[in-house]
Amino acid sequence: MVQIPLLSLITFLPLLGVVALALLPRGQDEKQARRARLIALMFAGVTFVASLALPIFYDAVVGGFQLIEKAVWMPSMGLVYHRGVDGISLWFVLLSTLLTPLAMVSGFVVKERARSFMAALLLLEAMMIGMFTSLDFFLFYVFFEGVLIPMFLIIGVWGGERRVYAAMKFFLYTFLGSVLMLVAIFVMVMKAGTSDMTALMGFAFPKEMAVWLWLAFFASFAVKTPMWPFHTWLPDAHVQAPTAGSVILAGVLLKMGGYGFIRISLQMLPEASATFAPLVVALSLIAIVYGSLVALAQTDMKKLVAYSSVAHMGYVTLGIFSGTREGLDGAMMVMLSHGLVSAALFLGVGVVYERLHTRDIARFGGVASVMPRFASVFMVFTLAAVGLPGTSGFVGEFLAMQGAWLMDHRVAAVAALGIVLGAVYMLWLYARVFFGVAEKADVKEMRDLTWREAALFLPLLFLVLWLGLYPTTFTKVMDVDVKHLAFSLQGEDR
Amino acid sequence: MTSILFALPEITVALAAMALLLIGAFRGDKAGGLVTSAAVVSLLAAAALVALGRESGVALYGMFAVDDYRRFVKVMLLIAAAGSLVLAPVFFGGQKSGLKPEYPVLVMLATLGMMLMISAHDWIALYVALELQNLGLYVLTAFQREEKRSSEAGLKYFMLSAFSSAIMLFGLSLLYGFAGGTGFDVMAHTLAQGQAMPIGLVVGLVFVMAGFALKVSAAPFHMWTPDVYEGAPLPVTAFLAAAPKIAALALLAVVLGVPLIAAASVWQPVLMALAVASMALGSFAGLLQKNIKRLMAYSAIANVGTMLVGLAALDPVAGGMSVEGLQGVLIYLAVYFVATLGVFGVVAGLRQGEALVESVDDLAGLSQAHPWLSLVLAAMLFSLAGVPPLAGFFGKYFVLLAAVKAGLWPLALIGVLASVVAAGYYLRIVKIMYFDKGSGSVLTSPRSYAHNCGLALATLFVVLFVLWPSPVIEGAHQAVERLLVP
Repeated sequence: MVQIPLLSLITFLPLLGVVALALLPRGQDEKQARRARLIALMFAGVTFVASLALPIFYDAVVGGFQLIEKAVWMPSMGLVYHRGVDGISLWFVLLSTLLTPLAMVSGFVVKERARSFMAALLLLEAMMIGMFTSLDFFLFYVFFEGVLIPMFLIIGVWGGERRVYAAMKFFLYTFLGSVLMLVAIFVMVMKAGTSDMTALMGFAFPKEMAVWLWLAFFASFAVKTPMWPFHTWLPDAHVQAPTAGSVILAGVLLKMGGYGFIRISLQMLPEASATFAPLVVALSLIAIVYGSLVALAQTDMKKLVAYSSVAHMGYVTLGIFSGTREGLDGAMMVMLSHGLVSAALFLGVGVVYERLHTRDIARFGGVASVMPRFASVFMVFTLAAVGLPGTSGFVGEFLAMQGAWLMDHRVAAVAALGIVLGAVYMLWLYARVFFGVAEKADVKEMRDLTWREAALFLPLLFLVLWLGLYPTTFTKVMDVDVKHLAFSLQGEDR
Repeated sequence: MTSILFALPEITVALAAMALLLIGAFRGDKAGGLVTSAAVVSLLAAAALVALGRESGVALYGMFAVDDYRRFVKVMLLIAAAGSLVLAPVFFGGQKSGLKPEYPVLVMLATLGMMLMISAHDWIALYVALELQNLGLYVLTAFQREEKRSSEAGLKYFMLSAFSSAIMLFGLSLLYGFAGGTGFDVMAHTLAQGQAMPIGLVVGLVFVMAGFALKVSAAPFHMWTPDVYEGAPLPVTAFLAAAPKIAALALLAVVLGVPLIAAASVWQPVLMALAVASMALGSFAGLLQKNIKRLMAYSAIANVGTMLVGLAALDPVAGGMSVEGLQGVLIYLAVYFVATLGVFGVVAGLRQGEALVESVDDLAGLSQAHPWLSLVLAAMLFSLAGVPPLAGFFGKYFVLLAAVKAGLWPLALIGVLASVVAAGYYLRIVKIMYFDKGSGSVLTSPRSYAHNCGLALATLFVVLFVLWPSPVIEGAHQAVERLLVP
């Protein structure tokens, strides 16, 4: 049987879409924009459908890297085109392919240079999928960095007032983090003689060197995640980015940091990870509490959601570096849940922004009475962000806390404080925007969700509940890999 | 008999240049376009001739060497020269003086000098070829006689370059005194005897390197670069930025890697110092530039610095110059010259009203007026910044990886940090093109068919390199291995 190169297929389909958009004949602006949207959505949709084959073909009982594609690429440099997914990366691929078409639909409101906007989103999708499925360091870095260009343009061209500052900060900040990682990759390749990531996972680096390597990777992933105190680019980027950009940024790009921590820091440098775990845990706790407190003080809805992302990512790093199976499971679930929920929250902010052209919380009030459908949908996502049992948020935070508890009770206690704070800022946001009486004239005029907008929220709503009510569907696919990873981390001390 | 055939491409270029000169002399200035087209065709034909060559050896009484390495570099050089000629008609078309037929002829003669440089196998051949190159470049720089800036740049370039040639010649005479012969083989043989290196040799070597440093515009010998880049007519700047860098860096690699390899303990620290200084200066000083040509000058300094890191890498096992390092340098050169020509190619066509576009700020709103053109420029700039998946990343990756493998990880660290700083100025141009609103005055861009094709090819190369990099990478590998591994 000839194996279909599924991973290459879903990586290159969006690129094909970019080519198709580039070849689109020049036409009337409005007509051409409509065509461009349709084409882009078609490619993203097909990619999503194709990516659904991943969990079908992936054998979760066996685990490990599957659907491997390997081809000699640059023989003299020993570089191999090596791709594959395991139970961990598989979900990130699906998250990318799901959120991209949603972001596109939300981006239909972009009138200016619609074709380029769609092309940038497709390019972004290809890079994200490529990054999560690369098993060669060279390839990994190419995709990891390749994300920067389209995102830079999305923020800078289609962003808000201070978009230039935000785009430059985003680019240079993450670029600085990544080049340090590049040097670490050089050293690893030099030491191990290969850039194959599966081979590097079994390679024991000298202790002294591993510490430096770990720090270099940390620089890159901590910026990307972002961890406190490397998070300052995030609020700027989020606030200035167009809705579609925020959705992808929060939904997928932030996960690249968490994924990197798992795939590289834990799997390749386990001992150094254990050494630095207390530092990361401390930073995570600060991120959780600080992010929540700052979110509490925000008057801009987008900024509030952005800071809540900082807090949620704190749970992710906490779970990862708790070194327990529960913590890892929790980190994964928080990432998946946050991918869905934050995407939905940003979409929600986009909905009200399109109507009133402001994100100032004080400008709203009583929206529930004029937009009942939107209010109920947003309620579900608010509760999911708070971590109400039955929603996706609960499962992840609970497991991450459990991991923290197993490591140190005091850590779990501080982390629990974050959950309380999270409930405060999210519910307070909801109360200020939706409850009360609609007094302002323009608020009274707001229309409820259109069909297009409703179509955006429904799949997310469905998945948030699925993840919350029956997480086993998701955990069982990654179980073997997470167990294996946790075992290898604790092998000695337990 | 066969030996002269080794120089067939050089002879082709020389004969073509003379023939075209005659055409220009008889037909007058109106033949400019025709002569330029013919020059492009003959340069590309020479490139094909080089590429078709298979035999390696030393010819012309030990003066002239041909091997895979020389062929690889010459093909790059000839394409770069042809590429810089392609953008000349559009630029000179808008000038009072128009496109004179001497222009392509001078480019060809300078290119001939560079081809001979690459093939040099003897100190005398090296020096003569270098001077032939320089002579052409002096005149080209001052080509727009009626423009004060152009003449000033020509004079500056002449003074500094002549000075450096003199220093280099003095250094060469010291090397000759040490080895007792002018051939590369004699030098290698004498050094391999393993006796202590006399101070004269060390001084001579350092002088020769100083001369090279000025030619490749490595800091602190870079002073002429921004002024000359700015003053020279834009197609000349493009030529200066691409062709001489290829020739001089490739020749420096040959000189250090083959005859002088036993003196690596002397030249490696010098190269490292030059590399660090160039990377730091090129990256930081570029941030302050407002003129595109000056900015590209600092970009050249920074990029040359990174390439010098690759040359400084020594093989930790065999002790010779690192094959991977030099391979990385060749890849770097290939992607660098394409991106540089691409940047100048875009700018060459732009006019604001009648005036040339020279300031970075003039590019505001380009993405709205010319979406494709700005896309091309953005691709080139991101490539120069070394952002994957564009071609520029490959050069940086392989050069710095080789440096780490050779134990020079501090240089690699400086290299990546400098690339972040430099990304600041490349991004600024992208920012101005895409994020800033235009001033209202319309940017026009008359371009020829060939010009468009050139830009399209360069863009495809930069963007699609990642999909099929093996021709360049494997070609460079084979070339370097033949040169360095006996």
